[in-house]
Amino acid sequence: MCHAAIIGNGIAGITAARRLRALRPDWRISVISGESRYHYSRPALMYIFMGHMRYADTKPFEDRVWADERIELVRDWVTEIDVAASRLRLHAGGTLAYDKLLIATGSQSNRFGWPGQDLRRVQGLYDLIDLHTLTENMRDTRRSVIVGGGLIGVELAEMLHSRGVHVTMLIRETDYWRNVLPAEESAMVSRLIRHEGFDLRLETRLAEILDDGTGAAWAVVTDRGERIEAQLVGLTVGVSPNIDLVRDTAIKAGRGVLVDESLRTNVDNIWAAGDCAEIVRPHVERNLLQQVWYTGKAQGRVAGEAMAGVETRYEPGIWYNSAKFLDLEYQTYGDVRPNPRDGERHLWWEHADGRKGVRLVCDSAGVFIGLNTMGVRYRHEVCEGWIRDRRSIDDVVAQLPQANFDSEFSRRYESEIAATMREQTR
Amino acid sequence: MIELRVLSYSHDEERIGFTDPPRATPRPINIGERAGMAMLATGAFAFVICGMAGVRRGSWPALIASFGLITIGGCVYYWRRWAGSTPGIKHDGNTFNNVQTRGLWAWGLAIVITLFYIAYYWYHELKAIGMPPVLDGTIRLVDPLSLALRGKPADQWFMYSFLYTLAVLIFGVRMVMKYRHNRYHLIRTASVSFFQLGFAFLLPGILVALHQPDHYFTYFWPLSPQPLWPGDGYGFGAGKFHALADKGVMGMFILGFSAFMFLLATPVLTYLFGKRWYCSWVCGCGGLAETLGDPWRQLSDKSTTAWKIERWMIHSVLVAIVLVTAFLWIDYAQSGAITGTWAMPLRKVYYFVIVQVFAGVIGVGFYPLMGSRVWCRFGCPMAAALGILQRYFSRFRITTNGGQCMSCGNCSTYCEMGIDVRGYAQRGENIVRASCVGCGVCAAVCPRGVLKLENGASSEGRYEGVGGPLPQLVHDLRNPPVAQQAEGPARIAQTREGTR
Repeated sequence: MCHAAIIGNGIAGITAARRLRALRPDWRISVISGESRYHYSRPALMYIFMGHMRYADTKPFEDRVWADERIELVRDWVTEIDVAASRLRLHAGGTLAYDKLLIATGSQSNRFGWPGQDLRRVQGLYDLIDLHTLTENMRDTRRSVIVGGGLIGVELAEMLHSRGVHVTMLIRETDYWRNVLPAEESAMVSRLIRHEGFDLRLETRLAEILDDGTGAAWAVVTDRGERIEAQLVGLTVGVSPNIDLVRDTAIKAGRGVLVDESLRTNVDNIWAAGDCAEIVRPHVERNLLQQVWYTGKAQGRVAGEAMAGVETRYEPGIWYNSAKFLDLEYQTYGDVRPNPRDGERHLWWEHADGRKGVRLVCDSAGVFIGLNTMGVRYRHEVCEGWIRDRRSIDDVVAQLPQANFDSEFSRRYESEIAATMREQTR
Repeated sequence: MIELRVLSYSHDEERIGFTDPPRATPRPINIGERAGMAMLATGAFAFVICGMAGVRRGSWPALIASFGLITIGGCVYYWRRWAGSTPGIKHDGNTFNNVQTRGLWAWGLAIVITLFYIAYYWYHELKAIGMPPVLDGTIRLVDPLSLALRGKPADQWFMYSFLYTLAVLIFGVRMVMKYRHNRYHLIRTASVSFFQLGFAFLLPGILVALHQPDHYFTYFWPLSPQPLWPGDGYGFGAGKFHALADKGVMGMFILGFSAFMFLLATPVLTYLFGKRWYCSWVCGCGGLAETLGDPWRQLSDKSTTAWKIERWMIHSVLVAIVLVTAFLWIDYAQSGAITGTWAMPLRKVYYFVIVQVFAGVIGVGFYPLMGSRVWCRFGCPMAAALGILQRYFSRFRITTNGGQCMSCGNCSTYCEMGIDVRGYAQRGENIVRASCVGCGVCAAVCPRGVLKLENGASSEGRYEGVGGPLPQLVHDLRNPPVAQQAEGPARIAQTREGTR
């Protein structure tokens, strides 16, 4: 009997396990994780902390599913992959031999070598361990500094704020998440962050975290020389593939574990998927490193098929993502750059209340290539269809109402949006 | 290689979970909230004084000092509670709050509500066996209103209806403030408040004043069976059909209205809008659940076991009411020739077990323990009938937005009917469930804009996922195309085709 071992019970590992089970009913499948007994939804960490949901509510499947599907769950940490012997060394439980292996170890929070970054009360927010640490770090925390203006940064800010902690955010860019969001979206989020009472410091970097003499943080110093009191320092400056396990092994790694389009590593019976995988594509210069929930899920499926021996290939498809900044929902489809590239046109509508906006992007030939929505919900399939069919921007503007996905009785702005956009295309 | 911090992590998330993180500063309580609470406390004090003192006759000053202040205080409190905040989801701390998590306060509250229901439903019987007349003072308190509206002094039923309506209105204000960013909830809350106040409180009162039959216009057979049960309308759980038929035009209108709602309006409206047109827009039970019950909606059990129990129970009650009604009419037509002496005990048992104990005592008393829709989910025969219509003959569905679901679980957690909404959303499938009352909270709490309540052009095509490669992906995960079959090159090629 073939034994497939999967390291990591995140969305990529779990999707692979279930896909593999569907294709290979007779194989033995093990999923190893030291973080949690069962698969849970990582994006829901913040809701556990804020008291919207219990941990149990964040598990996407009932516990009985794993027994039903005969997927063995091993609660342990893999400390070493012995590629030559096809064997995993576990922290607590000895060794585990495999015939096929999937590495789905996810990401690690970045730390850029700041003085004081290893002090107590300095942390990132990625997994249950961080959540547990955060709950403990909350004791005697009155003020906090969050370094980094991305999705996790604003989530952590919202979490701390919900418990009455003062939040200062240090952001390197000229505005919130400006390296990803166009100026107007970025400004809108920054406005909301300030409205909520967070101290937002733009174009400010962390220089040093100060030790209170007991090995814990008590303040940070910025690159402008300001000292800001903080009993808790959140480092949310992005994540990198977690490739600790493959260092010093025969498995090749770059930024992530290097895999081909069927997610196979250079070692015959080993695959990698999700955040930790770096996909090398023929005829494409840039390797693909995707670190969001949706791509983890899609890659997990492909990995499951590839391990089963089915011919398969990961095709990234049309990009989409979504997030929520405080009370502001954001969706993006297709190719929306923070600044228009040559010949590209960005059309932007913003509601007078400053909490809703829609951006349409077309290339120099007037072909629609992507959109952002802020505070408005649009339909995935409609937006994707416009991009896939290379519809003209005029068509898209005319058909905007088809895309609206807001609740019934919500006010619709599509005619106002269309008018604004037509003015801009004239 | 792996950090020590990671290797030494040993927290038991299953058993302990994640506890209430310490607060840096207590949540500031603003002046409006304080004023509201002060009025509530004063009103409650006046209520206790007047109610307990056993006033012989109510007076407007006493009514205003007690229920007046309670109402205004409650409304002011909930209005000011969220007035200064950014409109959006207000669920911070729900899972840490004692009264919302089956803590001691929740049990206390459940016991108080349950005891109140018992005392009120069987007041005369209990007094006869020696219970002190605990409700008398409260009933007298609402006399002035009863006299003004109905032209006669209050009784326990009027008092109950009054309290019920107040609860819907006060907690309706709470609901409006909490979901003020979402017009679906604003309009829906206005609707349940309107129907409770107008159709279930004022209109029946006016009918009484005009010496017409007392009737709640928000309840129909099979939820409220009596108007369509044969009988003269007196006695415990009695049928009212003949009593109404003898009451002239108004009686005939009520009978016609009941028949029309049940036979024609219900199927048509459910086809057009789903069962929500009734359950979360009109119904009094739903009205209370959607207002007073909102703090406990997350307590509904989401397991498949609960779903199984739900289907057996609710459809059994539907079968029971159909059989009981048929039995009573046969009994009436045959004058008991075939049915013997069973008709009376049968309707009494149904009325006692289903209408009083299940719908009332358990339905509301268990809010703080089992969530706001225990009755609607497990017992209501109207919900069962509407559910069958909704499942098979309706345009209504909850649409999933492509592959955007990231399985966080807010939708399932806050589904008061215990539907595992996420189970569908993460597969990219539409949600077409008999039990869904269309409250719309799943769509509101979704942080990724994945869910939308919709009436499609027809009932066709509701079961298909909504586009994108991911829905197909997840669907295949659940429905293995080659499971249990021998593999071979042809089979594999076919799989690949099939999964595209």
